Amino acid sequence: MSAVAQSMSMDSGAIRPFQVNFPEARLVDLRKRVNATVWPDKETVSDESEGIQLAVIQKLAKYWANEYDWRRCEAQINAVPNFITEIDGLDIHFIHVRSKHENALPIVITHGWPGSIVEQMKLIEPLTNPTAHGGTPADAFHVVIPSMAGYGFSGKPTAPGWDTVRMARAWTVLMKRLGYSKFVAQGGDWGSLVSEQMALQAPPELLGIHINLPFAVPPAILQALPSHQAPPGLDADEKYAFERIDFFLVHGLTYALQMANHPQTLYGIADSPIGLAAWFLEHDLLSYQLIARSFDGVPEGLTRDDILDNITLTWLTNTAISGARLYRENKLPFFVPLGVKIPVAVSAFPDELYAVPKKWAEQTYPKLIYYNKVEKGGHFAAWEQPKLFTEELRAGFRTLRG
Amino acid sequence: MNAVVKQSLNEDAAIRPFKINVPDSDLADLRRRILAARLPESEAVPGLARGLRLATIHELARYWAADYDWRKVEAKLNSYPQFITAIDGLDIHFIHVRSRHENALPLIVTHGWPGSIIEQLKIIEPLVDPTAHGGSAADAFDVVIPSRPGNGFSGKPTTTGWDCTRIARAWDVLMKRLGYSRYVAQGGDWGALITEQMGALAPPGLLGIHTNLPSAVPAEVLGALASHIPPPGLDAEERRAFDRIDSFFTNGLSYAWQMAGHTHALYGIADSPLGLATWLLDNELWNQQLIVRAFDDEPESLTRDDLLDNITLYWLTDTAISAAGLYRENKLPFFAPMGVATPVAVSVFPDETFQLPRSWAERAYPRLTHYNKASAGGHFAAWEQPKILADELRVAFQRFRDPRDC
Repeated sequence: MSAVAQSMSMDSGAIRPFQVNFPEARLVDLRKRVNATVWPDKETVSDESEGIQLAVIQKLAKYWANEYDWRRCEAQINAVPNFITEIDGLDIHFIHVRSKHENALPIVITHGWPGSIVEQMKLIEPLTNPTAHGGTPADAFHVVIPSMAGYGFSGKPTAPGWDTVRMARAWTVLMKRLGYSKFVAQGGDWGSLVSEQMALQAPPELLGIHINLPFAVPPAILQALPSHQAPPGLDADEKYAFERIDFFLVHGLTYALQMANHPQTLYGIADSPIGLAAWFLEHDLLSYQLIARSFDGVPEGLTRDDILDNITLTWLTNTAISGARLYRENKLPFFVPLGVKIPVAVSAFPDELYAVPKKWAEQTYPKLIYYNKVEKGGHFAAWEQPKLFTEELRAGFRTLRG
Repeated sequence: MNAVVKQSLNEDAAIRPFKINVPDSDLADLRRRILAARLPESEAVPGLARGLRLATIHELARYWAADYDWRKVEAKLNSYPQFITAIDGLDIHFIHVRSRHENALPLIVTHGWPGSIIEQLKIIEPLVDPTAHGGSAADAFDVVIPSRPGNGFSGKPTTTGWDCTRIARAWDVLMKRLGYSRYVAQGGDWGALITEQMGALAPPGLLGIHTNLPSAVPAEVLGALASHIPPPGLDAEERRAFDRIDSFFTNGLSYAWQMAGHTHALYGIADSPLGLATWLLDNELWNQQLIVRAFDDEPESLTRDDLLDNITLYWLTDTAISAAGLYRENKLPFFAPMGVATPVAVSVFPDETFQLPRSWAERAYPRLTHYNKASAGGHFAAWEQPKILADELRVAFQRFRDPRDC
């Protein structure tokens, strides 16, 4: 990582190639810490209502210490072109893969929390090389995948202010610096908010965005949430979405409140690999259940390696706390429409925190160019269902291609 | 600690003497982990870190690994009679110190979170031996200080259900098992909720309670908190209390919500000593300046040893997660009156989360027997200002020493 440290002296505007290569001692230290974990007692219930079950996290620990191979993940990252460039005073790391198809559409894809560029790795091939993955040259994208500020190999902000608005501005700078005069943006989780902020800023180069966690809950629904009573007149899709949001706000938000209030208090996730892993598995119930099944030997969308690639990347870069600070930076209430006016494509995945009904998407986005309910997938859609996700991006952006 | 677990299986009313003797290897392992801790390499982002500064954490880590001596507090604890007895299926650890004065009033004192019996050590001597601490023989108490279920040397619940009400019932069993047919109870933080639950259950023999974090905020005030707009008609003192509670609920409760939602997301505080220390210290219950000065070696009411005694006790008993379980078990809304039937004494400390106005105390407690604003002290009154708290208890419980009053 010394390459990152050198960046301080680099000129703004330079784009430097980057490769990942952690010293072996760091991997030995990680395994040693996982093996030396001090465990709490088993939860007092037989389900996940107290959080991450001891049996699940102990299976993860066993696999992590004994079988998991970080060098495989490192080789996968290094197999695609990685770069670092300084924007607005901060080093921004990104993957940049150009398609061989000349008229490919440039796209910047933003990960979320608890994620990293690892979430998007599976999209690179089908998006840049569509003819080898069931598409035509007209489906090709030039793909840019940045690490958010404070995440992965990007720099860690040393002063407040790196919220999603600032990141959105930086992403536009990045795309223009790469020579793209027309491009689109995509995201889920925080990546959704960064992409919607880009759309709100509406630089002329940005043709449209695709979102898989839209900020598109109508005011009447938001007002009804504190009472937990759905307003009258909702159709089945809306009622289900209401229940899912209500569940998330009531049962699923404590990690976000902690990071929004005192991110720096979570020294335990910086100092304990298992502390970090459990904190990441905490994100939402359906994702946790999917991950738990994966460690039980029934992988669906995410394998054990997928999960540990992301956690190990965060551990090795020591970005647990710097990543958490985004919750504190953010001042926007979750899911509240921002007022995006440019073209928006929406994919609603069934196991997302909530699957946005078409009616709400139409109310929120005056230029809704695409809406689809996808058959399978959850909060980490790009990571879980890359094939379906790729098809969504191809279809979602089709009308924006020259 | 193995002896504790094994003996608990054959439950009876036996009261077993207990001594603490942590193996040297546990202390060496703790030091090794502190020295190997990964701390952030740079100062926390200015303006983002409202809690402990990195410099304080570094000094805490340095002192904990290099200078701190667990054996001192272990010897202190072992200088008091300690026992374990099984109640309602769970081993309960407690300190029990009888006064040499014949008519001493039996008192059960309950600690809170993020505390332990360490919080109460300084009040033992003034309470049991008042003549050596500015009081008279008539001020004497027999003192019982239990460790909450899941905390310290008490057993860890393996099923749900150990909420404040169940603990309150267990405490009455404990006092009766010790032969006390007439006694009083005291607590702050969770100890206050448990003590008020005792007051609500009003078992025969419980003469009265004393609280320093009263659940006595009127319904219309609690109801107004969602809007952050105080209800009309509050006087200046009530308004100030409203603002303090509003700020606490708005900015300060994330640690509580996390533990009430998912204790088992916090594996990091079980596995990392520094993770545990910061989780226990970096929350809105504390006057953070007090902690900073303690580690700058300018202690006012709490020393670095006080703070580390408590944290080290959590670490060595591996109770970070089990002690947090009460947040999840609890279904009582914070600060809402719970219908206490017994006499109630209230002490209001100036740096507590909020200062209960007398008007609210009078409404919440039909039998309010004592209300006083103490001159100094915060959320951990017994620990920070043991002399003042001991004085409060002497005055507050005076009336129960006169048989005509009972």
